[in-house]
Amino acid sequence: MIPLQAAAILLVALGATAVVLTRDLVRLALLSSVYALLLVVLFLVFQAPDVAISELVVGAIGFPLVIGVAIVLQRGG
Amino acid sequence: MTRRTRLRLFAGSATGLGALLLWAMAGLPDFGHYSGAYGRILNAAAPPERHVSSVVAAVVFDYRGFDTLGEEFILFTSVMGVALLLREVRGDQVHRRDRVQSDAVRLVGVAFAPLLLVIGLYVVAHGYITPGGGFQGGVVLAAAFALLYVAGEYRAYRRLTPAFAVDFAEGTGAGGYAVVGIVSMLLGSAYLHNFGPLGTSGTLASGGSIAFLNIATALEVGAAFVLLFTEFLEEVEVSRRSGG
Repeated sequence: MIPLQAAAILLVALGATAVVLTRDLVRLALLSSVYALLLVVLFLVFQAPDVAISELVVGAIGFPLVIGVAIVLQRGG
Repeated sequence: MTRRTRLRLFAGSATGLGALLLWAMAGLPDFGHYSGAYGRILNAAAPPERHVSSVVAAVVFDYRGFDTLGEEFILFTSVMGVALLLREVRGDQVHRRDRVQSDAVRLVGVAFAPLLLVIGLYVVAHGYITPGGGFQGGVVLAAAFALLYVAGEYRAYRRLTPAFAVDFAEGTGAGGYAVVGIVSMLLGSAYLHNFGPLGTSGTLASGGSIAFLNIATALEVGAAFVLLFTEFLEEVEVSRRSGG
């Protein structure tokens, strides 16, 4: 394992912990998007570019988008 | 259950799960040693057989193209379900004006939307050459439209994504995928079997019918995400109006 890969794993572990510990919904949406970006880096340094792109579009675009709208709806506009 | 019992239960199950995980990880192949036979066969067979440089695309749109058809219809059906439910409840079209946002958000949104559109088209078009393809590129394309909305250009967003066009694109994408399979049958091979000239590997003109399936998927996924986003947005607008 090269240092870059070890660093990526460490960052993902930190990101996941941060996501679990966050309670505020707006912060959670943003943080999960950042966490998805960390996962993208992880997949990339492990030479899985296809998975990285899929994770990028679903985790950093699709999921926060839907969650963002859901938060607005839940707060009644 | 008291806090103490819960903690004990957690400690017990966490230890068990941890032990099982460690045991499983000890049995994994060594780091960097890949032992999947299927992957090796595909890596060796796909480039000469299908003239594509992205083996993942060859798997998704060719060797297991039928599974992708199923996945595509899962997305299609769920988005249709959302549209049916929300449109039924909401009724008439909502007319909404642009809301003034901060100039910085506006500038970044308007500047990045066309950029994202080009990146989306690139990711779609090069799906069978480099990593990417219809699924990923389709979402990027949808994000380009969503960015217009984020920039405060609601009217521009709606004008670029009229309901009939989005519905039409989604239906054409999903139906088009199935039709490509039928064309294979008409040409005398199995459903979704690759047909057409294979072209030169590494160029846009390669991969035979993979290109058609790729574009059909991009249409379907892009339109599905735009539709989903629009339906939820209109819902927000309705709740804003009724809630004051």
